[in-house]
Amino acid sequence: MPWLSYRKALNRALGDELARDPAVFVLGEDVRVAVSNVTAGLLGRFGPERVVDTPLSEQAFTGFATGAALAGMRPVVEFQIPALLFLAFEQIVNQAHKFSLMTGGQTAVPVTYLVPGSGSRAGWAGQHSDHPYGLFAHAGVKTVVPATPEDAYGLVVSAIRDDDPVVVFAPAGALDVRADVDFATLAPVALGAGRVHRQGSDVTVVAIGHLVHDALAVADELAGEASVEVFDPRTVYPFDWDGLADSVRRTGRLVVVDDANRTCGVAAEVLATAAERFDLTAPPARVTRPDGAVVPFAPALDRAVQPDRDQLATAIRKVLQD
Amino acid sequence: MAFLSAAAHADLYRVVRLIRRFEERAVELVRAGDIVGGIHPYTGQEAVAAGACAALRADDVITSTHRGHGHVLAKGADPKRVLAELAGRATGLNRGRGGSMHAADFRLGILGANAIVGANAPITAGAAWAAKRAGDGRVAVSFFGDGAVNQGVLLESLNLAALWRLPVLFVCENNGYATTLAVADAVAGTITGRGEAFGIPSATVDGMDPVAVLDAARTAVDRARSGGGPSLIECVTYRFDAHHTWEHRARVRYRPDDEVLKGRSRDPLDVQGSRLSDADRERVDAEVESVVDEAVAFALSSPHPDPEGALDDLYATGLRGRPGDGR
Ligand SMILES: Cc1ncc(C[n+]2csc(CCOP(=O)(O)OP(=O)(O)O)c2C)c(N)n1
Ligand SMILES: [Mg+2]
Repeated sequence: MPWLSYRKALNRALGDELARDPAVFVLGEDVRVAVSNVTAGLLGRFGPERVVDTPLSEQAFTGFATGAALAGMRPVVEFQIPALLFLAFEQIVNQAHKFSLMTGGQTAVPVTYLVPGSGSRAGWAGQHSDHPYGLFAHAGVKTVVPATPEDAYGLVVSAIRDDDPVVVFAPAGALDVRADVDFATLAPVALGAGRVHRQGSDVTVVAIGHLVHDALAVADELAGEASVEVFDPRTVYPFDWDGLADSVRRTGRLVVVDDANRTCGVAAEVLATAAERFDLTAPPARVTRPDGAVVPFAPALDRAVQPDRDQLATAIRKVLQD
Repeated sequence: MAFLSAAAHADLYRVVRLIRRFEERAVELVRAGDIVGGIHPYTGQEAVAAGACAALRADDVITSTHRGHGHVLAKGADPKRVLAELAGRATGLNRGRGGSMHAADFRLGILGANAIVGANAPITAGAAWAAKRAGDGRVAVSFFGDGAVNQGVLLESLNLAALWRLPVLFVCENNGYATTLAVADAVAGTITGRGEAFGIPSATVDGMDPVAVLDAARTAVDRARSGGGPSLIECVTYRFDAHHTWEHRARVRYRPDDEVLKGRSRDPLDVQGSRLSDADRERVDAEVESVVDEAVAFALSSPHPDPEGALDDLYATGLRGRPGDGR
């Protein structure tokens, strides 16, 4: 079977949706030259009216997408770096997200916000290394963090077809992942549906984005001592609570690994829901970035604030002992 | 153009040369893997930093951008410590915490480079307001690119600076592109027109000539110091190298070859170098070479910071949050 890279999967999803629906268009910085590679070839195929380079005016072009959506289009906004979401936060959270309710259901805002390269990219320092999916989940904006090329394809397609605003975080740590897939099987992946990547009976590890691959590696490493199930929510809002409940019903133990600041993160939400709803046989654990982390520049310091495999293995062992 | 002494011409040339050689060596260190994450080379634009900073007092302040090494060096930062910062070493200006896009030296009035386009403009205005309140005569300079002129926050800052007559100098480096987007495809109206709309005296100058930049900056700085409020200078320049060193590996094409050739044909090194005698130029070149050699040696022999202290200084008060593994 042919190899599909994560970046190429994003590119393919955009190309397929542009071809399928004339209302879809892509806008953002340097999307014509395709600096992020995600829009490679699209200008040639679809022309400059559907692949639009914007000036560095993030607030304006994000709100512009809302306006275009209100008038019947399905914009996809690419953000070069995760921090640009902070600039556009008002336009997404306070505008796009609120229109449906505030207009009494008169309108929908089908905009997709795509962030190829969220999280640390080694050496990009404090203002380029955040992974702010938790902020959008908190605000209630639909938020997906695909881990694999197939899911990246399927979730981008679903995001574009969805009638609400959806933020797609493509973690920098997953962009180089490749998978051996039959292109004919590429299909939409429903928002809000998790995926069990590896079955196990002793403990459920909830891993988000690129950390799914770390969790799988740790699960292999611990195979001699424990049977680890790896659950990938794929969508962090709305979260697949039923899927997770099924998994935890079988394992009774829970560890979450989440590459985001600890306080009020998605991991915190998972543990809170577990406390409310699940019958755990041991206290759960989470591995995250530290509270309030600002990613320092020097590579070893950058790594030191991200969750790593050793921390995850330690957390799993601890939960199994309790 | 103002008359400058031979020594003043040599000083300007020294700064241009220092930035050029610093950047060339930094690119080599990126290629060698000693600088992780790459850099946005300032090569070609040296006349802007050299000219503008030559108009400043030691206690004036500047803010800078993702392409900030030139500004930081021109304001007097120690090349050894700037390069050590780029290499992520404990001896760097920011103790390895900031890297290329955040170099700062507060003792020299360098309030920091900034990785978010346009974000430094309001910071500069606030610093200028504080200087005005203190009555210490200090001036604040905001360097930014042509890409920043389409950021709302920059326009909002022009308004505040004009409204409150703040001692600010807005220095736009128009190098023709914001990453791959040409100015003609991004900027409606003009850059100076943005300043003029707020009643800010705005001028376009030759950004390949440090003396032309110095002239304009002096006029603006004098105005600011004497209570006349902000000015904007658009320096027309050209970026000789990549937007960022990742371009050295990626195939991105957006500047026609003949444009690049033409853009590089007028080199600030030669513009300013031609004002020195051959002997003086050679002497300065040799001095700069040893400064840069020393900087490389210092950076590469400096210790790496200890990961245990990754979040040192997160809070000024010393507050410590919980670690990521909860222990
Ligand atoms: C607000 C914001 N948008 C986008 C980026 C990504 N980015 C970094 S540099 C750059 C281009 C900046 O162009 P310009 O201001 O002309 O400066 P130059 O790079 O030419 O020196 C872009 C788009 C960013 N860092 N900040
Ligand atoms: Mg530019």
